[in-house]
Amino acid sequence: MAQFVRMSETDRMLLSGDEAIALAAKHAGVALGAGYPGTPSTEILEAFSAYGGHAQWSPNEKVALEVTIGAAFAGARALATMKHVGLNVASDPLFTAAYTGVTGALIIVSADDPGMASSQNEQDNRRYAVAAGVPMLEPGDSQEAYDFTLEAIEISERWKIPVLLRVTTRVCHSYTVVTPRPEQAPVPGPANFERDIKGRVMIPAYARLAHRKLRQKLQEIQQWNETSSLNLAIPGTPVLGIVASGISYMHLREAAPEASVLKLGLTYPLPLKRIAAFAKSVARCLVLEEGDPYLVEAIRAEGIQVEGKAEMYRFGELDVPRVRRILNYDLTPEQPKPAGKPPQLCDACQYRIVFESLRKRDCIVAGDIGCYTLGVLQPFEAIDSCVCMGASLGVGLGLRHVLPGHQARRVVSVIGDSTFVHSGISGLIEMVYNPPPDGHVLIILDNATTAMTGHQEHPGTGRALNHEPANKIVLEDIVRAMGIRRVHVVEPRMGSDEFDRLLTGCLESKELCVIIARRPCILIAKQLKQYEQRCECPSAGAVRPAEAAPAH
Amino acid sequence: MQQIVETGQAIVDRVTNIVVAGLGGQGVLKGTDILADVAMRAGFDVKKSEIKGMSQRGGSVTGDVRFGPRVFSPMVPGGEADFLLVLEPTQVEPNRHVLRAGGVLITPDAVEVADLPHKRTLNVALLGALSAYLPLPEELWLASLRDGFDEAFFAGNRKAFLIGRGSKAGASPVSDRARPA
Repeated sequence: MAQFVRMSETDRMLLSGDEAIALAAKHAGVALGAGYPGTPSTEILEAFSAYGGHAQWSPNEKVALEVTIGAAFAGARALATMKHVGLNVASDPLFTAAYTGVTGALIIVSADDPGMASSQNEQDNRRYAVAAGVPMLEPGDSQEAYDFTLEAIEISERWKIPVLLRVTTRVCHSYTVVTPRPEQAPVPGPANFERDIKGRVMIPAYARLAHRKLRQKLQEIQQWNETSSLNLAIPGTPVLGIVASGISYMHLREAAPEASVLKLGLTYPLPLKRIAAFAKSVARCLVLEEGDPYLVEAIRAEGIQVEGKAEMYRFGELDVPRVRRILNYDLTPEQPKPAGKPPQLCDACQYRIVFESLRKRDCIVAGDIGCYTLGVLQPFEAIDSCVCMGASLGVGLGLRHVLPGHQARRVVSVIGDSTFVHSGISGLIEMVYNPPPDGHVLIILDNATTAMTGHQEHPGTGRALNHEPANKIVLEDIVRAMGIRRVHVVEPRMGSDEFDRLLTGCLESKELCVIIARRPCILIAKQLKQYEQRCECPSAGAVRPAEAAPAH
Repeated sequence: MQQIVETGQAIVDRVTNIVVAGLGGQGVLKGTDILADVAMRAGFDVKKSEIKGMSQRGGSVTGDVRFGPRVFSPMVPGGEADFLLVLEPTQVEPNRHVLRAGGVLITPDAVEVADLPHKRTLNVALLGALSAYLPLPEELWLASLRDGFDEAFFAGNRKAFLIGRGSKAGASPVSDRARPA
């Protein structure tokens, strides 16, 4: 990550969209960046930290957003980053932060994943901007990611409102040329607490006022957006006009180089007068957008006559050939791309032993989000559900409550260490508070890292985002503190049936059991050694003999 | 805001499209890093696209590099790649569809793998083979390799690059990049 930033230290840099956002944040003096790792957003905070910014991983996106809201209440500039589904977790503070507004600047990056390169759904988070009532910018390449981050900070400070910077996988992970302009970045004022009880304490009486204030701000921003330079007109033929935003704009410039284009940068609230005038100026006006028909619905609701894309193009990413098809009203089935080699659990991965055991016992496995979701593929096919971060607990418990005994007793919840800290802990509380009649078995796969997203730290690793030592949350201590009596810490080993015997014992016990299967991810064994030498703290990965035995 | 003023088909037509394919851990993305960096040093507009996330789990990985006077989409449109570099023979068929008619396919066969300083330098060796077709000066390639690798690995990669550049696949570059696969 970011290693190439240093390769061409000229005024032109080749940056990913994520790096460009981070660089703009650094240039704008953002005081704090917080987030939770999630493809394709992860590299933003890693790069921000590498550029010298104060960046930290929070246990989950809700906490990250709350931390940045606090920073922005104090007058600082703050950046919260997450993948699209992360904003679901953070949506509670989002909606009310729109009411309270901010004193400094608050930029919330939502990194959407159309086509699901590495996600469980392809939700279109542009809907969140409308639902919460926050302005939204959509960059289409790294230069725009840089420029729009600076613009977003200005908008946030001018209207005292959080701003959603909505990017997609292609924008985040494509490297394009950026000419940074640090001298043009706005200068932050010092953080300072100024009391504003009516503005920030959202009891109903104050929230009613705040809601009206929010709608007033949005009206002003819409007015401003009508003439904003964030939206760009590309002159072309009067026969075909296209309204587009983000990456769709890039594809269409190649698919239809002759078209007149209105490229929207600030896509909520929309510059509807400008769009109406543009639509009138061309014979055919198409709205081109990836994912949901967000723009086309909003534009049509205004009575503006525009074409949308056919429903078949709602699914997956757009690219130049698909845009050509949309332009040509082509509804013939698309050729599926030849399947590549699917990813799989590493050969020496400890999770293999766990999934072999689960398979062998024909367990009903409520799974979770991480590398171990690959346990669903052959040869294991040992995961029966995967919904969202932390869902393994709740789903497993629900299954246990209603299934007939002979099935219920085979239900196991499986979650990773980072995911457990993210949102498994509240599920564990549910397990203790509402135990199923025959107990339950939770397996925490602890590989001492957030592996799937590229090995980020989390509160259970004892290291901060920059891999420096930090306070460590000890998983077994949390589990025991909740009142679970059967807590086992075990290192699954090839050729040993220790894990298998432990699982059998737990399933038969009809008690609430937690097995922590602990071994550091083999892909980072080398790095872990370096980190541990650096901090001289107790080994993060080793199982101490005393812990391996059941604690009663 | 950067104002985008170029319009028309001609700009689009002058873009060179390259796809690099392989399996996780083979250095596909390192290869596209180098390629994009060299094109950038040569003063071109460049876009490089990749899908991360699963690459470390041994799955298929591809990276697209496009350069020219002005590049819009970061993705090489299917059937429009001028060059396809494949680091792993099993990945040829799944990716062949990206090549345009007359596009150039470069596979590990392009170099004598046994001659390479290390098999991990295959990505750079194939870049060498590719380099013979591209309007990018050798000194920019070497400068990019020097900056892109630790000191200890530079010599080996330089050697691999030059082997590829002088190889059968790279020995007879064609001026209009139209060389049959």
